[in-house]
This record gives sequence, C-alpha cells and structure tokens, in this order.
Amino acid sequence: MTIEDELYREIILDNYKSKKNRGSLENATLKSEGANPSCGDELELFVELDGTTIKRATYEGAGCSICCASANMLCDAVSGRGLDEVRDVLRRFKAMLLEGGDADFPDELSDLEAMEGVKQYPVRIKCALLSWSTLELMLRKIEKTPPPGAQ
Amino acid sequence: MERSPSQCTSGAVFGINESMLDIPAVRADFPILEKTMRGKPLVYLDNGATSLKPECVLDAERAYYTDLGANIHRGVYEFSEQATVAYDAVRAQTEAFIHAPDDGHAIFTKSTTESINLVAYGWALKHLKSGDEIVITEIEHHSNFVPWQAVAERTGAVVRFAPVAEDGTLERGGVERTLTGKTRLVAITAMSNVTGYIPPVSEIVAAAHAVGALVLVDGAQYVSHHPVDVAEWGCDFLAFSAHKMCGPTGVGVLYARENVLDSMDPFLFGGDMILKVKKEGTTYAPLPAKFEAGTPNIAGVIGFGAALSYLSNIGLEEIAAHEKELLAYAYERIGSIPGVIVYGPADLANRGGIFSFNIDDVHPHDVGTILDREGIAVRAGFHCAQPLMRVFGVFGTVRASFYVYNTREEVDLLAAGVDAVREIFV
Repeated sequence: MTIEDELYREIILDNYKSKKNRGSLENATLKSEGANPSCGDELELFVELDGTTIKRATYEGAGCSICCASANMLCDAVSGRGLDEVRDVLRRFKAMLLEGGDADFPDELSDLEAMEGVKQYPVRIKCALLSWSTLELMLRKIEKTPPPGAQ
Repeated sequence: MERSPSQCTSGAVFGINESMLDIPAVRADFPILEKTMRGKPLVYLDNGATSLKPECVLDAERAYYTDLGANIHRGVYEFSEQATVAYDAVRAQTEAFIHAPDDGHAIFTKSTTESINLVAYGWALKHLKSGDEIVITEIEHHSNFVPWQAVAERTGAVVRFAPVAEDGTLERGGVERTLTGKTRLVAITAMSNVTGYIPPVSEIVAAAHAVGALVLVDGAQYVSHHPVDVAEWGCDFLAFSAHKMCGPTGVGVLYARENVLDSMDPFLFGGDMILKVKKEGTTYAPLPAKFEAGTPNIAGVIGFGAALSYLSNIGLEEIAAHEKELLAYAYERIGSIPGVIVYGPADLANRGGIFSFNIDDVHPHDVGTILDREGIAVRAGFHCAQPLMRVFGVFGTVRASFYVYNTREEVDLLAAGVDAVREIFV
C-alpha cells in the first residue's frame, strides 16, 4: 500500500494529525455532541457564532482517522462562513457520500473531495459523517431557537 | 438420502503423519476459502465472530429441504417422522459432544444469547429475590453481562464483579473472594472473546457450589475449539452457538441437568411445548420440549449435526493444538513488530487461539480497513466487551481469531498488513 491509496491519502492523514481545530472553544455559542455507538467514536463540536456567521469551529473527541480528519475538515470549511453557505456545504458533503453526488467543491473547499474515497468502504461512511451529522443537529437547534444576536 | 451426520466428513483430514492435521485437505472442505476479497485471496481471521462452514454442513442443511421438507413432532407421515428422528439425533449427538451426564439435556435455542436469556428468564427471574447476588466478571461478552444487570434490576438482586487483573485474567482466588452466602449464580465465560484467556472453570464451579450457587458457563468461544466435558466442569448451565463451530447461524444450545431444568419456567410459550391445552389452563410438555416452543431451526440443527461430526472426526485436541501453534507464531511474528501491543496473559498455557492487538495509537478501525484492503478479515472495535476495554484503557482492539483451516502463511500476511499500517500511520 502506498500514500496514493484512495482512502488513506496524505490530505486525510494531514487533517487527522492536525491539532489546529482540536480542543474546546472558550467562547463557544453552540455545543453539540455526537457518537457512533457501534464503533465507539465520540466527538463534541464547538461553534462560535457572530450574528449569522460562524466565526470559528473546533472539535474534541476520540475516533478513527476518518472521523477525526473529517471533523478537522469540517471546522476549516465552516469557519468564516455564513449559516446559509454552511447549510449548502453540509448538504453537498452528505450528498457526495450518501447519494452519489459529485465531489465538486470550490477550490478553497477541495480538501473535502478527498473524503470521497470512503465510499468504497460503506461501513466507514458513518465515521466520515459523524461530525457533519453533529453539525446538522446543531443547525436544526438554531432554526428552532436562534441564539441571541442571530436574526 | 445421506443425512446421517457420520457420513459427512472431510475425505482427507489426516495426512501421511497421522498426528498432524492435513490443513490443505481441511481447507478444501470450505468452499468460501476459494473466494477473493478486495481482489486478494480471502484470509479469514474472524472466527471469534463466526466460523466458515464446510461443504458437508451445507449439504446436510440442503438435504433436509430437498429430501424431507416436513415439520417435526407433528406429522404422522414418513417424511415428518424422518425429520423428527434426524432432529432428535442431533440432540443426542450434542449431549455426547459435551459429555453430558445421563440426566443432562441439550435444549436448542437460536444462539448463545438466547440460551443465556432462557436462564435469565426461566431460572433467575423465578428464583432470585432482593439481596441475592449474581457474580460475573468484566471479561464477559455483553451477552453474559447485560442479562444479569436486567435480572438484578427486576428482582432487586445485586451484581458483583470478580476482580480482573491488568492482563485481562481473573485474579487468583478472586471469584472465591467475591462469593458470599447470598450468591445464587456465577456466570462466567470459558474463554474470553477478546483475549482468548481461559479461566479455571472447574475451580470456580467447585467454589460456587460450596456456597450453594449455580454456575452458568458461556461456552461460545471455548466449545468450538476444545474438547468439553460438562461433568468434569460440573457446571449447571452451558450455553454455546453452532455458528462458531462450523455449523449454521440460528442454532444455539443450552445444556443443563434435569433437576435444574425442572425448576425452571418456560421462556417461550406456544405450540410444541405443551402436554394438554384446555380453556381452564395448560400443562407443559416434559423436557426438552418444554423449552422449545414453535417450529425450531430444523435445517440448522441438522446442519449442526454434520458440523459436530466434522469437528469430532478432525479431533478437538488437534484443533486446539493447531490454533495454539498459530497463536504462538503470531506472538513471535507480529508481537515483535515495534509499536504492537498484544492483550491478554503472556503465558499461553491458558489461552485459546485469539490474538488481540493494537498498533501504537492507530485506531482499530483504521487497521481493520487497511487489512480489509489486503483481503484480511479481522474484527476491530470493542468486541461486545466494553467493560474489558475499560480495564485495558483502550477504545478497542484489532482481533485475529484462528480456526482449524488457518495457516502460518496467513499469519505472515497479517504481519505484512501490520507493516502496511505502520507505513501509513507511524
């Protein structure tokens, strides 16, 4: 096996090892927990909102490389983005893994395309989706009860 | 129809040297071993989850459907009668396989889990009361853990844990120290599904009986690989599954002696388990029918008979010795790779053929996926044994579990897979 392996590509390993988005966020406006009971992966997502823009997102938790790499990518992808854009990225990421959607993200989000390799290993798709499903729950919560400052 | 289980065996189990297993001949009995997975020859090292099936077991199952087809214990016609005889013959065969005493019965269930639940519902819920104690351990599979928590919740009984050492063994004398005059049941595995550790069952049974407690042995991992003598163990219940011992899925066994079974309530009610049904009430059938309501997995039980014959013809001693050799080789070959941590007692004397490990801090699922790419099937995760994972302080392990058809070459391929993981992650 080489570094060109479709799943364990450098992009994924770099994101897995990255400490940049790891840890809790002191000024978090929103927190949400997610778990895959079948494999034991657990993570917590922290989001700091500025109005309707995500100022910064981080995660904490324990999981496999796919789970952690995907969470790290998520934090990069949503930081500095408006909630509507975030919803769009989320929809496209899920479509890429679940509905055979094209892995076609704008340049600044092209890391996300590396996750497409996980489709060859259907049991691992839930690892890649854990952080995104957690984000989805968080966004639904905001829709119901918008946090102060978000109109 | 050739459905006599004794006719169902590998034509060439033994090679020139009769003391050695002829592994290529054994492998030829398992059609699935010709398959490739991810484009590579299948290396099946997940026998702790389920074993592969030899052709003779598949033939026996099929022969029931093609040659008999009838339900058991009902029809007055020839095929139904023959099906009944074939089904009950496997019961006798199962009892002989575990050396059950004359008053010992094998009840067919659907799985080890159901067998344990039958004891939980039929015996424990009936006999246990508030303040009684059930002794279990942290090395149990969830199926011999969760039912006792549920029984405790419903009866007010207390679950107590015999102490477990860092290497996943039971502390010497630990079960004895956990027993009290209030202990009514000890539920213990005969072989850990995570480490392959084999606890001293006979000693535990003797100590439990000394305080008047019954003992349930979870034999799911042990019975498929070792000769079993329940009379020698002296246990009150033994639960195990056909599918881990070359038999079909959907067949489990509960062994117990007559006086114990007589003291139990049925767990499933309905057809086939009754003597008389009247508007005023029902009387139950005698043993073992009392515990086998409804149409059982007839084809599966008949296939299981073929599996028992197959294993007996090879020899359980030989199977255990072969797996121990593979385990020792895995220790030598993989245990020596830098960063590899192996779980379980280092002394292989009380170990079955299970090799559980981690590679540095690489997540077990990543290891499993990379091995999958190489055509190697292992289990990765917490193996339905979360309490033991907590003892080890890990999120999970990678588990290679051997059976009679595995080879040293397959251990070499696993070692190469471990190297591939290190190349990517370490």
